[in-house]
Amino acid sequence: MKAVITVVGKDSVGILSKVSSTCSDCSVNIIEVNQSVLRDLFAMLMLVDLGETPIDVLRDKLTEVEKLTNTKIHVMHEDIFNSMHRI
Amino acid sequence: MLETRDILETINMIDNENLDVRTITMGISLLDCMDEDIDKACVKVYDKICRYAQDLVKTGEDIEKEYGIPIINKRISVSPIGMIAAPCQSRNVVKFAHSLDKAAHELGVNFIGGYSALVQKGFSAGDYAVIDSIPEALSVTERVCSSVNIGSTKAGLNMDAVKMMGKIIRESAEKTADRDCIGAAKLVVFCNAPEDNPFMAGAFHGVGEADCVINVGVSGPGVVRAALKKNGAGKSVDEIADMIKKTAFKITRMGQLVAKEASKRLCVPFGIVDLSLAPTPAVGDSVAYILEEMGLESCGCHGTTAALALLNDAVKKGGVMASSHVGGLSGAFIPVSEDAGMIAAAKRGTLDITKLECMTAVCSVGLDMIVVPGDITAETLSAIIADEAAIGMVNSKTTAVRLIPAIGKKAGEELSFGGLLGTGPVMPVRNGDPSVFINRGGRLPAPLQSLKN
Repeated sequence: MKAVITVVGKDSVGILSKVSSTCSDCSVNIIEVNQSVLRDLFAMLMLVDLGETPIDVLRDKLTEVEKLTNTKIHVMHEDIFNSMHRI
Repeated sequence: MLETRDILETINMIDNENLDVRTITMGISLLDCMDEDIDKACVKVYDKICRYAQDLVKTGEDIEKEYGIPIINKRISVSPIGMIAAPCQSRNVVKFAHSLDKAAHELGVNFIGGYSALVQKGFSAGDYAVIDSIPEALSVTERVCSSVNIGSTKAGLNMDAVKMMGKIIRESAEKTADRDCIGAAKLVVFCNAPEDNPFMAGAFHGVGEADCVINVGVSGPGVVRAALKKNGAGKSVDEIADMIKKTAFKITRMGQLVAKEASKRLCVPFGIVDLSLAPTPAVGDSVAYILEEMGLESCGCHGTTAALALLNDAVKKGGVMASSHVGGLSGAFIPVSEDAGMIAAAKRGTLDITKLECMTAVCSVGLDMIVVPGDITAETLSAIIADEAAIGMVNSKTTAVRLIPAIGKKAGEELSFGGLLGTGPVMPVRNGDPSVFINRGGRLPAPLQSLKN
């Protein structure tokens, strides 16, 4: 199952590193990353393959990263976006 | 690849604009639970509901977690108890309500609908007993919801039932006067009741339905309002209608996804998606605010009916392509106490019961969650039901009446139900006594448009 991770917040050192190492700790494979920094606002979208990892395990781990990096992180099933925005 | 803009739009809808799946409702047929012995029938009812719906709440929560979509309610609707009670020797049919309530508590669902009777053309065995017991059933149980269908375009209006229901609504409020008259808030009187509606309090599992089925109700007035706020300035009404259609499409796709997934996991056939804009008391989640966003100073002012007609139609047109089966009530709800904008408009005095009645001719349901003065007579309640049912009958649409007489209170005061049911200001009703008309009884003939064959 694939999921989309979005990270939005004030830019600081190590956001990408912390999110990607959390993914790696959970055996979650990163397929695609799209990141931009607009002034000092950090925005990143990641498409990941969860493999056998339950989505709530990854979500719980990323909640810790959220606090650590002072950003807003969402983890959602890819199908939601596909069904809402594709006919 | 998914586009960044689409992803952020969806997340914003859920985080800031109150987008959610309002309810996953499992419809369960109880036709095989009938028994001459009411105690045996109640055991069968309880067992069947608990067996079929044992995983409903857990599955709903799992989907919620996995997909990151809030699913607010998990509910159950059952066959009209008026039918199930038909063969019972005992007339103490409140026992069924206890069984339903017990099952709802056991399963963790917040409402169970189906303490109902379908009497649009006449009463059959069981119907009288169930209708008569509604006030008691709603006062001694917590989660049971009741509905009575008193008319249809095909059958006309059963005016004996209309007369009876005025009395029943009043009694339901009186019996729960110590709890803000909550009994009446769980009772709906319908004309042209849909048999696959997943929304409470009017949900029941129709006789033509499968043994068990999953129906899903989506919502999202906040999302529609946000779309209009962002892009609606200076646009013509056809452009506004297009914007609403596109938003309704997206909302419904999410509902369809959840419905399919729930149906697959529970191994129960998928019934319908009900694409209704159902407001909640949460700030921003209001149908009245959408109407005001279109350019009305206050919901209830002249122009409200036209704006609501546009909204109701665009929601259906946008949603219908997004789902394989659309049903239930589908459209825009206008429950006063559940909608922050309606409450404000009623308090300001721009929205009154007469305007609401006009609005029900073009919205998806009817006079919903309206608190009326405590000294209202049963005949006046019946007359309001008759007016509303006549609108439904003539226009071949569902209309419903859910009025709450605020026992001991007058216009200007309010009732507070808490949770999704909200807070309602007591709204004055029109003067004049309709009791001679109501006491005539009989059957109001079906209109010519019923003869379509």
